[in-house]
Amino acid sequence: MGRYLAIFLTFARACLVRDMTFRANFILECVTSLGWMSMNLAFYLLVFQYTAEIGRGSGWSKAPFFAFVATGLIINSIVQAFFMPSAEELTEMVRTGGLDAVLVQPLDAQFLLSLHRVDFSSLANGAVGVGLLAWALSRMDHTPPVIAWLLYPLLLACGVAILYGLVIMLAAATILMGRNQSLYDFWFYLTNFSRYPADIYSGPWGGPLRMVCTFVIPILLVVNVPARVIAQPLSGESWGAVAAAVLAAGGSIVVSRWVFQRALARYRSASS
Amino acid sequence: MSEAVARPAAAFQGLRTWWTMLAISLEERLVYRGDFALGTLMRFLPIVTQVFLWTAVFSATSRGEIAGYTRNDVIAYFLLTMLTRAFSSMPGLATGIARSVRDGSVKKFLIQPVDYVSFLLAARVAHKLVYYAVAALPFALVFFLCRGFFPPLPDVPTIAAFLLSLVLSFLLGFFMEATLGMLGFWFMEVSSIVFGYMLVQYLLSGHMFPIDLLRTVPVGIGGMTLADVVHWLPFEYTAYFSAAIWLGKVRGTDLVASLAIEAGWVVAMAIACRVAWWRGTRRYSAFGG
Repeated sequence: MGRYLAIFLTFARACLVRDMTFRANFILECVTSLGWMSMNLAFYLLVFQYTAEIGRGSGWSKAPFFAFVATGLIINSIVQAFFMPSAEELTEMVRTGGLDAVLVQPLDAQFLLSLHRVDFSSLANGAVGVGLLAWALSRMDHTPPVIAWLLYPLLLACGVAILYGLVIMLAAATILMGRNQSLYDFWFYLTNFSRYPADIYSGPWGGPLRMVCTFVIPILLVVNVPARVIAQPLSGESWGAVAAAVLAAGGSIVVSRWVFQRALARYRSASS
Repeated sequence: MSEAVARPAAAFQGLRTWWTMLAISLEERLVYRGDFALGTLMRFLPIVTQVFLWTAVFSATSRGEIAGYTRNDVIAYFLLTMLTRAFSSMPGLATGIARSVRDGSVKKFLIQPVDYVSFLLAARVAHKLVYYAVAALPFALVFFLCRGFFPPLPDVPTIAAFLLSLVLSFLLGFFMEATLGMLGFWFMEVSSIVFGYMLVQYLLSGHMFPIDLLRTVPVGIGGMTLADVVHWLPFEYTAYFSAAIWLGKVRGTDLVASLAIEAGWVVAMAIACRVAWWRGTRRYSAFGG
């Protein structure tokens, strides 16, 4: 474990050195990333000019909703910084046979393929997320209890773990299919469901969709559970959601590991 | 006499070149048709979240309308912008042009009797034709399932204006992105400029929300709102405008004036693209074989 941590830190250091070599590019990437995020925040502010909350009686008024958005920013920035850059390279590695060089290394292939590249500029959104969370919490009607503060980091980790499992399963699909540009688009579109409170998915179509996105692909647990714990008063339902998030995180890691190993076993080299 | 014969022959030759460029591009696009079809279906997924989001917003407010839009109008609007974006979006065009300048592959167009901008336009028409062929079924299915959200069919002049605005939005999207790509003659890397453009485009085109929502945002100049300013920019004509025509939000003289603004932007961007190409190729230099 210590060896893997040391190797990961070496990877991270190398990526940081590379980023700092092209400092202007790094700053530009941070700025563009922040620009995209600011645009979304402007949209939410515009929506709140016309309504007091998202969903009647849902409790997602302006301040709690921005705490929700901040939570999403923090989780997504961690995934975008640590896992997505490596996963994005996998398609090309499978197509060109570059994956062979990874498989002969005396290291776990999943570790190498999912953590060898770190994009530090993506952490800029996370930093803004922390600031936005502080702003939102200072404007809420209630103060989160101590237990909520203790659970929040754990649930953020669960959210990251669920998304990591999804990334690994998409990576496994890449190995099986050879080319899967649409599946990476699928990642973007699927995570889009987690951008809003689960309460909006109601009615004859929303109810089943919410069930699928909670229990089949637990994407709605990623942001909703930590955000609800910190931004809404704790209730009996909250504890059920916390248990579901912890179980889903563990399940995602185990299932994605199994799927990835099966995909690697079926890999046929593309190189000559 | 011989000149009179040569002119139709030259025109026929030009047409044949265009057809060949179109046919090659069509074949290219159909190589990964499975991936393409899957991608088309995926694009409807964000609409689903928008439908639920706006349903939740309307459920929480006592107003029946927001900026002149009912809940059904908003949902119909987002579906219609999907259609408009199918015409005006040009994925990879600007970055592709910049790449061809950077890696030198653009130089073949300097020595071959093929106009680069025409080639790009033919390739994009082919891209769109394949897209419409693949996307027609999912589009028809989604629009049929969501027919309850749409107002009654508009009259024939409105439909004609809608179709005209779609064609103009295709040309506007093409020339705007092509002009951006031509900046590759001056800058080694245009991805950040393209990203900045995409950002502004996404916000001001109406892709994210109906532009009418900006009528409550003052700009501090003579009682003007942000929506008034956006009206004179090219962005809203790549998403909002066509949808607004279909929903009856722009009518009469406003409609004619807006179509004229859109056509004006098409001409302006086509000229800008040509000028960028001429000036860019004059300063361009390539080395190696």
